[in-house]
Formats: sequence, structure tokens, C-alpha cells
Amino acid sequence: MSGNRVAVVGAGMTKFVRRAQETAKELAWEATHLALESCDMTLDDIDAVIIGTAPDAFDAVHMKSEYLSDGCGGWGKPVIRGYVGGGTGVFAPIQGWYHVASGLFDTVLVVCEEKMSSCQPHPQGAFLTIFDHTTERPLEPNLLWIFALEMNAYMNRYGLDKRDIATVAVKNKRNAADHPAALLGDANITLEDILNTEVLAWPVQRGDVSPVTDGAVALVMSAEHVARRVTNKPVWVEGVGWTLDTAYWTNRDLSYPVYVEEAARMAYKMAGITEPRQQIHIAEPYDPFDYKELHHLEGLMLFDKGEAPRAAADGVTQRDGDLPVCPSGGLLGVGNPIAAAGLMKVAEIFWQLRGEAGARQVPGSPKRGLAQAWGDLMQVGTVIVMGV
Amino acid sequence: MKEYVYDSVYLRSKDFEEGNVLFETWDPNARYAWDAGVAIGRYLQGLKAGQLIGRHCPECDRVLIPPRMFCETCFRPTDRWVELEDTGAIITFSRCYVTWDMIRITDPQIPAVIEIDGASPGMGIMHMLSEVDPDEVQIGMRVQAVWKPAAERIGAITDIAYFKPL
Amino acid sequence: MIREVAIVGVGWSGFRPITPDLSYKELMYEAAVQAYEEAGIDPRRDVDSFVTVAEDYNEGTSIFDEYVPDQLGALHRPVQTISGEGIHGLAAAVMQILTGQFDVVVVEGHSKASNILTLPYILAFAFDPVFNRPLAVHPYYVAGMEMLRYQVESGTSHYECACVAAKNRNNALLNPLAGYGAAISAADVMASEPVAEPLTRLECAGHSDGCITLVLAAGETARALTDTPVWVRGIGWANDTPWLESRPWGEARYAQAAAEMVYRTAGIKSPRAEIDFAEIDDTFAYKELQHLEALNLCPPGAAGEWTAAGGTEIGGEFPVNPSGGALGQGHLLDATGLARVLEVVLQLRGQAGQRQIETAEVGLAFGWRGVPTTGGAAVILSN
Repeated sequence: MSGNRVAVVGAGMTKFVRRAQETAKELAWEATHLALESCDMTLDDIDAVIIGTAPDAFDAVHMKSEYLSDGCGGWGKPVIRGYVGGGTGVFAPIQGWYHVASGLFDTVLVVCEEKMSSCQPHPQGAFLTIFDHTTERPLEPNLLWIFALEMNAYMNRYGLDKRDIATVAVKNKRNAADHPAALLGDANITLEDILNTEVLAWPVQRGDVSPVTDGAVALVMSAEHVARRVTNKPVWVEGVGWTLDTAYWTNRDLSYPVYVEEAARMAYKMAGITEPRQQIHIAEPYDPFDYKELHHLEGLMLFDKGEAPRAAADGVTQRDGDLPVCPSGGLLGVGNPIAAAGLMKVAEIFWQLRGEAGARQVPGSPKRGLAQAWGDLMQVGTVIVMGV
Repeated sequence: MKEYVYDSVYLRSKDFEEGNVLFETWDPNARYAWDAGVAIGRYLQGLKAGQLIGRHCPECDRVLIPPRMFCETCFRPTDRWVELEDTGAIITFSRCYVTWDMIRITDPQIPAVIEIDGASPGMGIMHMLSEVDPDEVQIGMRVQAVWKPAAERIGAITDIAYFKPL
Repeated sequence: MIREVAIVGVGWSGFRPITPDLSYKELMYEAAVQAYEEAGIDPRRDVDSFVTVAEDYNEGTSIFDEYVPDQLGALHRPVQTISGEGIHGLAAAVMQILTGQFDVVVVEGHSKASNILTLPYILAFAFDPVFNRPLAVHPYYVAGMEMLRYQVESGTSHYECACVAAKNRNNALLNPLAGYGAAISAADVMASEPVAEPLTRLECAGHSDGCITLVLAAGETARALTDTPVWVRGIGWANDTPWLESRPWGEARYAQAAAEMVYRTAGIKSPRAEIDFAEIDDTFAYKELQHLEALNLCPPGAAGEWTAAGGTEIGGEFPVNPSGGALGQGHLLDATGLARVLEVVLQLRGQAGQRQIETAEVGLAFGWRGVPTTGGAAVILSN
């Protein structure tokens, strides 16, 4: 990579809860405060702030990053908000990377916050307005539809049934039992528990879906000369990638996330990765729905098309498997405050690569990991590869 | 690692019902009148007339629906309108037991992506299925639009009431 | 800055109060095609990354990012939205090029303000939901309060503020990309109805629809693409506190902080001597004066007198908003700062027609996010 080398040097997060007493700003402050504390920094060390947060409709504030800016440590500093829908949580540290790699800043804060519970009567309502205002919104579409339509296309293409997919929900909710911030961790949950949950939009059942959540996560990212000074365990950004597919989602082949593949190719190229299955030791793909983890693992080229479900069934993606996937517990287990959930995955890779993940630590001292998120109308792929 | 997780406070529904916490409410007054433009304007006119309309890309030789004045693949202007059939095949579908704001319903809504006859392969639009047993719906099933009566059509996607099996 | 960056193509569409003939996608396509044509590039092959500037509630669509790639030729390419001022989007593109990973990056911003039926209510939705919003006052009251405090602290008269509106509306008469040109005087401006005293109607920018697309390229690529690159010399942006309760009402501290960064990155020590002209946010007339002072282009409290004496007219010693600014062109929501940048580019290329400035070698553009925010961004360009 050209430009300055960039490392993650600190991370902090709030608990992920269904409804927080804290305001959005206060949640952002809690995560920011802990991220700074984790690397013994103060706001005086911070040159710029990157805010990631998904639709304004959740927090119910227009120009939301302006409102959030002081909670994110942005007072008197350069503040910018990037936005790629659900992909934002992994895109925010990509922005952190280019802020520092550009040579303009030495140390930046990356803060992602979401307070979905502010949107009443149900945050799902905010998603009505993601559809095309003229050709789709009059049909009163439900966000679940597009996932159900995509999941059905995926299952149909490879002849999968619900049992092949629900293993992901079981794994992630069990993993989350070891995460101190988790909303839905459950060490004893079974496949039958997931399969017996109510049908929301077939083939999507309640147990396939991550919950509505409030929360915030923050990272501190530094240029090499600062990183080496403040920590003996910097986690380097080795590659980044992001792409966007067409808005005409009904014209696309929904069974394969080509946008994830393209983002992964970009990130792998930058990181010099030629054999992802050997060179990636741990992965946090985006899992707002259980099938999405499988879908994304295939898009990331970590498994052949249609093969991820079998690998999951064989235990390959368990925390002690050959390729630990979502050891954090993912969105299905820890919770899904949209942008914050994506950044939680990046924080998890940071802690895992430093050997600081406590009860969730994967065996074998992983050296390189990736986090990936996805969003918009099933069309954004964002990928970050990090290593020690 | 616990030290990097802030002990945020969790509220329960009861806290609100019993008035233990205070809150502000606000209904956003956000109203819009979006210009349909050339392509979608013509599309809506077609719907009012009971006709699905696509647009042809000369470079890719594709027929696109919904129509657009430029092709997103080659980034060239499209060149002509194409009248399409109101029949097609189901690309994918769902049976949905909750409304868009998560109110539970007994009889499922059946959204589907429908590949429209006369457009290029894979060119689908989203619409609803009806007049069908929800358990009988299958990928690949042939369907046809059921139009509202001409007098009730206003130039909107809802001028098609739903699609039903052929 | 560690790498050279230049603007090598610009495109625009609209700049009219209404554009009922085109959808936002068609408006964007028109501007994009023009910019690519000018830069001599094919977006499907030659562009490494795309940045668009948009806010959901200005579009009436949640996650507007979804609807961006098709009309920019950005399918399957890196695309991101900046929910900020247009110049924040430009900053994102500049940073991407500076990393060395990207050679050509496109920035787009647009407005379909005419499609928003309840614009003041949308602005009100940007206020703190607990402390400020329940007061349910028209959001421009913040501008009225700020103007009053600015006048008191700086000793600026209402007449001097009104001179800004008169100058910019008259400048707009010379600009085909301006929907609000008018031969009005400062007296006319002061006599118009009060909006939030002391602010009058003609001191508030009306809105326009429009789109601006810029093509940026790294040094060598830029030289290969065009004989007239416009170089990005420096970039800076900053926020002050979001709280109405604790902001410094008299001065634009966010603009001071953005100025510090833009001059530092550009290596500029004496802004007034080293810069020839500026396009500066004038969403409200007094804002041009407040921003001029914060940007250190004149001493504190001197902008009003300078403006009233004609120093910032097109033929003056330091032209400000020769385009007509937002008061003359119409406010383009998130794209307003990019309209400022567009004019600086046209002036530096000598393509500004009747409003061309004689000596235009270094220009500054500054954008502000509007009430109730304290976010601003600046860029310095040269030919």
C-alpha cells in the first residue's frame, strides 16, 4: 500500500441494548470515552473525527452527524460523516484509513452510533422509505421482503433448506454468550429453537433475524509513527474495498452477492492476498440474517458458491474450527445497531488479533482477519482486512 | 476486555408505561412531490393506459424495466420505448405475515420479483401476488397482471392491483 | 499535501428554482456526462472511486446512497455518500487520491429542493429533539439571533448586511447559472418583510434545483487529461459545538477552524495577499460578512464596511461571490458548496463570461451546512 501505514490502536463500545436510556449523543460519548481510555489518549491527541450512522429516521434527527458531533468528540475538529447504508459500520474505519493514509491527519476517532428505538411505533417503519418512491413505495413494502426474496433466491439456487441456514443463528447466539456487550447471547440455544420461531416473511423466521438495538462503538486509528509510540500491539489496516451495485435490485441475480466479491477483490489486492482461504484466519462477515453470513462467506471467496452451508454444518466456522466466523456472536447474537454493529465486527478483529478477546478468543493466535458489511438495497459491499 | 464495554442503561416497556422515564415525541412533517422525469413519467403514463413500458439500450441490446433514459451498464443513452407484455415469471417471492410497520397479519401478503415478458432476461419488477393459494406459489410460476378498472387508474404502480397465476 | 490533486472536469445541470422536466437521476446524468466529456474519460473504465453528497431528509429517501451509482456510471465501483456539505465530499475525494490508491475520483452533489413540500419542517427536524425542537419556531430564528449578535459584536450595520444581498443578486444577472438575479439595492433588501428580525426576506437565499459533478485526478494523470487543470492547493473543514445553548453567536468559529486547516495545508501565510477572490457561503446575507472575517480575509468587524464600499464587487479589490452566491444562484442544499467550487473553477479557467475577474489565479471556496449546524468546509484552488 502506498500512502501512510495506518493502525487501529484503541477500541471501546457500549452495551448493545434494546432500548437505551442514554440519548444518541450520550451513547456515542460512552464508546468514544472508552476507546480513548483504552489507548491512554485524550481528545487533544485526536486530529479528526469520522462519524458513521445509518438512516436519520432511526434517531429521528435530520443531519444526524451534526447533532452527534460533540458526543463523538468532534467539537472544534474536522468532522465528516460517510454513509453507505448498512455497510457504514465497516466503511467508517475505511474512511479512518484514508484520513490517516492521506497524510492530513496522524490520529483519528471513528465513531458509529445507532439509536433505533427512537423510531416509533417500530423502527421497521423507517425502512419503508428506502424503496423507490415512485415504483415501489406505493406497494407499502416491508424491509423483510427484500431479505426474504433474496434468501429464497439463494435457497432455491442451491437447493438449501431452513435447517442448513439456521445453524448460523445457533452458532452466533452461542458465541455471543461470551460477549459482555451482547443482547441475545444464549449458550444453550438449539437448532430446533430457531426453527420453531414464528414466520415473519417466509423463509425468514424470527430466529433468523438480528434484533432492533441501540448502541455505539468507537475506534482510534493512527499513523505508523504514532501507533508504534502508543501501543506495542498495533493492528494494521492491510486492505480495504467497497463497491455498489445497481439500485435496480429487481434486475439483479439475488442468489450471489457480486458486490461483496468485488469489494473483497479490491481489499485482497491491496493487502497482497492471493489465497484468501489460507491467508485469512478469522472472519466477521455481516450477519443481520443468518443466510447472509453464508451468502457473504461465498462472496468473500472463502467458500465456493453454495458450499458455505455445508462448511457451517461441519463446524468449520465454529470458534475452534478451521475458519472461525463471527466469534463475537455477530449481529444475530450481540445485536444490530446498524452502523455500530459493523464497527463492532472491526473491533472484534482488533481484540482477537491482539489476543484480548477473553472468553471469545479463538485458538491459534490468528495473524490476519477481515470484517465485512453490506447494505442499501442489498447492493453495498464493504471489506477491511487487518493484520498483526 | 470487559473494561472496554460501557455499562449502558437498559429501559423496559414498563419504565415507559409507569412513567418512570420522561421522553419527547415528534411527528416529522416530511412531505415530498418527486418529479417523475422522462423515463418514469412515461412508465406511469403507460400504467394508466394499462400497458407496461420498457426502454431499449442500443449498446447492450437490452430491454430495461423500469425504463431509464440511460443504461447503467454501458452508460450510454437508451434509444426507444418498448411495449411489454403484462405477463411474466416469478424470479423469487415471499409470504409475509407482518405489515411494513410490523403489525402481524393472518393472511400473508405475497411480494414477488416478476420477470416481465418482452424485457431482457432477469429484468424484473416488484409487485404483489393474489388469487393464489400461498403454499402453491413457486419460483418460475407464470403470472399475469390484474389491472384496476381504467377509471380507477391514476398513473401509479398500484394501477396493477396484483399479479395472478396464468 | 503529499500528492498533487487537480480538478480536470466539471459538469452541471439545472440551477433553476424548479426542474419538473427531469427526475433527480436524469438531472445527475446530465451533469455527469458533461463532466466526463470535458475530462475525456469513460466512467465505466477510468474512474477509481465516486463520492456523492446527500442527506436522506433532503431526498425524501432513507439511505439515498442506494440510488446513486446508475446515473453516475458507477456500477460495481467504489461509491460512497458523504452526508455533509459539498466541500466535505470534495475533501473525501482529495483524501482518497492522497492515499496513492486512487488516481481519478468523481464528486457529485445535487438539489431537488423544489420536490420538498415542507422544507422548513425538515430543517426543524435537525434541531435537538429534546431541548430545542419542542419550541416549534421557524428554524430561521437561529439566523436572526446570530445576525443580531454578530452586528452587535462586530459593529456591522443592517445596511452593510443588505449590501451583500444587493451585490450578489446583481452579480447573478451576469450568470446564466443563476435563478435569482435581480437589479435590487440595499434599500430594497432592507425594506423587504422581516423573517426573523433583523433578518429580512431578501437576505435569505431562495432554493434552486441543480447538480454539479467534478472529476478529480492525481498530478500526472491530471496533466495527461487536460491542459487546464485546476489544482487543489489546500483543504480544511471543522465543526463547532452543535448546542445552541453554548455557541459563540457573534463569530463563526467553525469557519476559523476550517480556515486554519485550509491555509496550513495550502501553505498560505497571508490569505488576503495570496488569494485573489472567494466564493463564500451566503445562505443569509450577514453570513458572507461573518465568514469573510472568520476566514481572515479581512480584519474582524471590517467586512461590512468593505462590502458597502464596493471592495468585494466583481471589479473590486477582492471579488466575493462573483457567481451571485446562494443569494443569486439559489441555495442548492448539500450541493451549495460545490456550486461555490464550480464558480472558482470557471473563474480560474477564464470561462466566467461577463463576470470574469481580471486576475484570477488563486481562489477560495467555503461552504456551511446551514442552520442549526456549525459545520463548514473550505478549499483553495489555483490554475
